[in-house]
Amino acid sequence: MMPLLLAQFTATSCIGQGVTPTLASLVEKRSGLQRCEFETVSIDTYIGEVAGVDAQSLPTPLRSFECRNNRLAELALLQDGFFEAVQAAVSRWGRRRVGVFIGTSTAGILQTELAYRARDPISGALPAGFEYGPTHNSFSVADYLRQRCGLDGPAVAVSAACASSAKVFAAARRMIESGLIDAALVGGTDSLCLTTLYGFHSLQLSSPAPCRPFDVARDGISIGEAAAFALLERVPDDLDADAVLLLGTGESSDAYHMSAPHPEGLGAKRAIQAALAAASMQPGDVDYINLHGTGTPSNDRAESQAVTSIFGPTIPCSSTKGATGHTLGASGALEAVISALAIRHGLMPGGVHTTHIDPTLTALYIRDNRRTPVRRVLSNSFGFGGTNCSLIFGRAG
Amino acid sequence: MTVAAFIGGIGVLGPGLDSWPHTAAVLSGRQPYAPSVTVLPTPSMLPPAERRRTGRVVKVAMAVALEAANSAGADPRQVSSVFSSSGGDGHICHEICQALALPSREVSPTRFSNSVHNVAAGYWSIATGSMTESNVLCAFDASFGAGLLDALTQTAVDQRAVLLVAYDTEYPPPLHAKRPIPDAMGVAMLLTPGRDSGSLARMEVDLSQEPSEKISDPALESLRLAIPAARSLPLLRLLASGASGRVVLDYLDVSRIAVQVAPCV
Repeated sequence: MMPLLLAQFTATSCIGQGVTPTLASLVEKRSGLQRCEFETVSIDTYIGEVAGVDAQSLPTPLRSFECRNNRLAELALLQDGFFEAVQAAVSRWGRRRVGVFIGTSTAGILQTELAYRARDPISGALPAGFEYGPTHNSFSVADYLRQRCGLDGPAVAVSAACASSAKVFAAARRMIESGLIDAALVGGTDSLCLTTLYGFHSLQLSSPAPCRPFDVARDGISIGEAAAFALLERVPDDLDADAVLLLGTGESSDAYHMSAPHPEGLGAKRAIQAALAAASMQPGDVDYINLHGTGTPSNDRAESQAVTSIFGPTIPCSSTKGATGHTLGASGALEAVISALAIRHGLMPGGVHTTHIDPTLTALYIRDNRRTPVRRVLSNSFGFGGTNCSLIFGRAG
Repeated sequence: MTVAAFIGGIGVLGPGLDSWPHTAAVLSGRQPYAPSVTVLPTPSMLPPAERRRTGRVVKVAMAVALEAANSAGADPRQVSSVFSSSGGDGHICHEICQALALPSREVSPTRFSNSVHNVAAGYWSIATGSMTESNVLCAFDASFGAGLLDALTQTAVDQRAVLLVAYDTEYPPPLHAKRPIPDAMGVAMLLTPGRDSGSLARMEVDLSQEPSEKISDPALESLRLAIPAARSLPLLRLLASGASGRVVLDYLDVSRIAVQVAPCV
């Protein structure tokens, strides 16, 4: 595939609002997971909540979009000069030539959950003030960002569970390469809601402790929330050596089960191989793998098998979900930004909370940070429905 | 800048439209349009245990995906897919929100697994054994156009056959009052990068600011506006006519999609 430049990127999660505090948390191995006190939820679990989301206001003309998910998107948009970078892209390419591709799994469904508590006692109707399209609908956050940034190019939400905001890179890559657009605002936004907190709990997939990916005692995920964005453009002729490029995208399906990964990680393996092929790279060209690494027994086992079957047992791997929690539909974009930070700052972030690595997992899981040049990073994202996406990022020079 | 592909097979299911041949007859005026409730077949290709768990979203998507793949003679394991829908499973969403409004907050694990927007893509992959790329999109009322653009860029850029599946289902009350989609409808098309013996037409697509095409039959026009997947009807009508021509489809408020069609005869 044609490599693309990450002209700008930003992330907001429980470990930091913007890339500077995010990097500092990774360097200091700080986790943002805390005991769940979200809304009225009474589940014994840990979550990665972003502080101050509901204090973030939206511009007056876009008030119909008011919900936690869009507030989180707005909060993230204002970090790292990202909004200004999108405006610069509009000036350069024209508003019709910049597309929007945003991953989300639950968008603003919290708004509907709250509305169901306030139904009319006689008619059962939802409150008059409740708006479905700009809040609950999966497109709402893509539509919000499109209107907020004044973009008139193609716009879409990718909603493929926890692979959503990795897959946006592949969709945007295709559309830029087709010539329909020149630049793309890609990323993901997913915010805390009762559907996912109680849903994962019902499947016994959420841990009562902070999640411990690849630990022998791992027992589930910690749900988090995040918004992370990148501005993708064709690679210009004059490129800084430390610029970060998207080099490969690979997607696949498990054809196995709705809520369990293929036990041998066959779908994951296929996505990784497709990403390597798209980047015209060999496994040995990758320096570090940012794992999907959710901390469920089955995910980590399947992913470890997929990784070692391709790369062998010596490539450093870690999951940053012990720090950020599993931010579901935003995790692909969040971990894309973490991968970009790893490349730019020469950091392989060690996995936090993991104390005793499962000896049956053959991948080389690193618990301590490694400060070393990082040229190529593979980032994995897998989701319910057996959907898989792997991305490869690299240094320009 | 345009993107192009060949259409190798079509599937349609919706209110008063029970297959592509039937829809083609209605849209070309050979049969009157008689609106009726959409009848969804049981997805017999799924194992019985999975079949019982599937809702209307999965049924409508799989029915049209299968019709398009079969009529093109395509092996689903060899083609990628794009599933595009204006919403998830409204009935499951209602049940989960209702459960969460009660003090017990007991969410069914199966319902939660099936609440993901990519539920139809997941079951399609399980049913067919297809391990290929599958994208899953939502663009509210623009979902057909969004799916068409993604499928076309896959076909044109990555040079592979792609099954486009656009589908919508209704929300039950009380959400229905906020999102009044009247019934289930699905439209599927198999797109290929090159012409083959089964190609029906070549399609060339561009973004446009022209006004979109309406349908003169009032019942079909109201269907076009009521269900996002039905925004494809003007394109389907042109394909049904067997003539070459150009049609402009609704997409986002600020842009539309122009499709130039040339039949393969």
